[in-house]
Amino acid sequence: MFLWFNIIFLIATAILCILPILNVLAVSFSSSQYASANVVSLWPKGFTFNAYDFVANKPEFIRSFLIAVKVTVVGTLINLLLALPTAYVLSRNEQKFRWRTIYVWFFVITMLFNGGLIPTYLTVKEVGLLNNFLALILPGAVQVFNVILLMNFFRNLPKEIDEASLVDGAGHWTNLLKIYAPLSKPALATITLFAIVGHWNNWFSGIIYLNNPNDYPLQTYLQTVIIKPDLSIISSNDLNLLSTVNERTSKAAQIFLATLPILLVYPFFQKYFMTGLVMGSVKG
Amino acid sequence: MDLLRNGIESIKNRNGALHMMILPAVVLLIIFNYIPLFGLVIAFQKYNLFRGVLHSEWIGLDNFRFILEFPDIYQVIWNTFYIAIMKIIAGLIVPIIFALLLNEVKNAFFKRSIQTVVYFPHFLSWVLLGGILIDILSPSSGLVNQFLSVFGIKPVFFLGDDTVFPYVLVATDTWKDFGFGTIIYLAALTNIDQTQYEAAVIDGAGRWKQTLYVTLPGMMPVIILMMTLSLGNVLNAGFDQIFNLYSPIVYKTGDIIDTLVYRTGLIDRQYGPAAAIGFFKSIISFVLIVASYKLADKYANYRIF
Repeated sequence: MFLWFNIIFLIATAILCILPILNVLAVSFSSSQYASANVVSLWPKGFTFNAYDFVANKPEFIRSFLIAVKVTVVGTLINLLLALPTAYVLSRNEQKFRWRTIYVWFFVITMLFNGGLIPTYLTVKEVGLLNNFLALILPGAVQVFNVILLMNFFRNLPKEIDEASLVDGAGHWTNLLKIYAPLSKPALATITLFAIVGHWNNWFSGIIYLNNPNDYPLQTYLQTVIIKPDLSIISSNDLNLLSTVNERTSKAAQIFLATLPILLVYPFFQKYFMTGLVMGSVKG
Repeated sequence: MDLLRNGIESIKNRNGALHMMILPAVVLLIIFNYIPLFGLVIAFQKYNLFRGVLHSEWIGLDNFRFILEFPDIYQVIWNTFYIAIMKIIAGLIVPIIFALLLNEVKNAFFKRSIQTVVYFPHFLSWVLLGGILIDILSPSSGLVNQFLSVFGIKPVFFLGDDTVFPYVLVATDTWKDFGFGTIIYLAALTNIDQTQYEAAVIDGAGRWKQTLYVTLPGMMPVIILMMTLSLGNVLNAGFDQIFNLYSPIVYKTGDIIDTLVYRTGLIDRQYGPAAAIGFFKSIISFVLIVASYKLADKYANYRIF
């Protein structure tokens, strides 16, 4: 009896978690009359691609989507290229590498104490990165949490393989790329997923560091059109199209399209991140 | 023997390579984390953009006096604590209960499917969720109010009524993150020794007693760990979420330190006062985070490295 209640409860909770997203999907495929009459719940009414046609012909949407793809690809690569060697160095044995303790503290201090929004903004400004694509990537290029996760994962691997390879004359880079990286798939998959999602979802950097809406990545652009609609950004071309496409259906289509990349990468990484997160959270 | 010594020598000599490997990350952290840390001194300056941090006039505690005269400053500090603490409590309890219920299911496929679905909202941004919530919580056309009207409940203006706004924040935040929060507890559950359950069954313990005397004690170290670590979040009420859901009509109960810093600093361009509020937050957060690590070390035997 309990088991059945439990299963029903779990299913209901799971449905509750994706219900709003299903609603968005249904609205995006509905015709504008039904959408504005509030009769669409989980299944499209008056099925149409109008909203997607509208979005596909919106240069701002396409442009910001492509910028977001670029930021995500470049940013994730930079995150990984920095995290791998950094975590490797921090995972060395103190006896053989006495600087380890100093370096670890150097990294951990940034987790304990931070300058906060204003000094960070002013630093980015001073460095000359305002209105530069790199302002979306460099300030968060070293994700200390991910580095520590990877470091702990490395330290949990058996030390013998590593020593054998170093004694055989392999350099640290070879050791890292040939021995450590292949053994750390769960941790690497976890931090890759976090990096992809983090960059894709980053809307705030665009708001504060970029002045020109033409440079906005997708989430920053959506922040300005969905959350704080700024009428000056809407072009006259849009106003014509808006007569056939309801504001609600076009918003829904944009929200769904912005969710899509995450839906696509999620299954690839999902099987790893439980192991990756758990093994990386234990000190080795 | 010689070979071994040579090996050890060469390991020692290659420490230079290690410094080179870590250098890029060190440089980036100096620029984007350590320099802003020193940049906090503008909290004590009449900061002038053209003069910069080095040449701006020092004005002692004037910025702090100035922010204490903000009419809503105490309310904002209170809101921050209130919202953050409610989120922490809900964020501890809900995942634990959900993990316990999920643990009762034996079918691995079912379990995995539920996990996959409940983790998902964690990966969506507050911009997208904000857009979705503004729509479904709308008093005139929102799905939630349509549902409530079936029971004869009058429409609630969830995002525009300052008496309910903080609770909407807590509910939606819990909704987004409880699934992801279960990961750590589910991992703890898989580590519980199965023979303990067998012994409990032989002693005549039912499902409830097994949970009470085997499962919960088995999860206790992780629960204590998460409780201690959550202390570090007492001033993090959730900028991303609030920024995308609030509006001036709910400032009274929904404005928090981070949103105030944003508006003061980046909208009104009062860098000094904004940095002063941020400085206050950084100091308290530092104390809380260090305390949480100390407690985690003491009670849960946990160290981050």
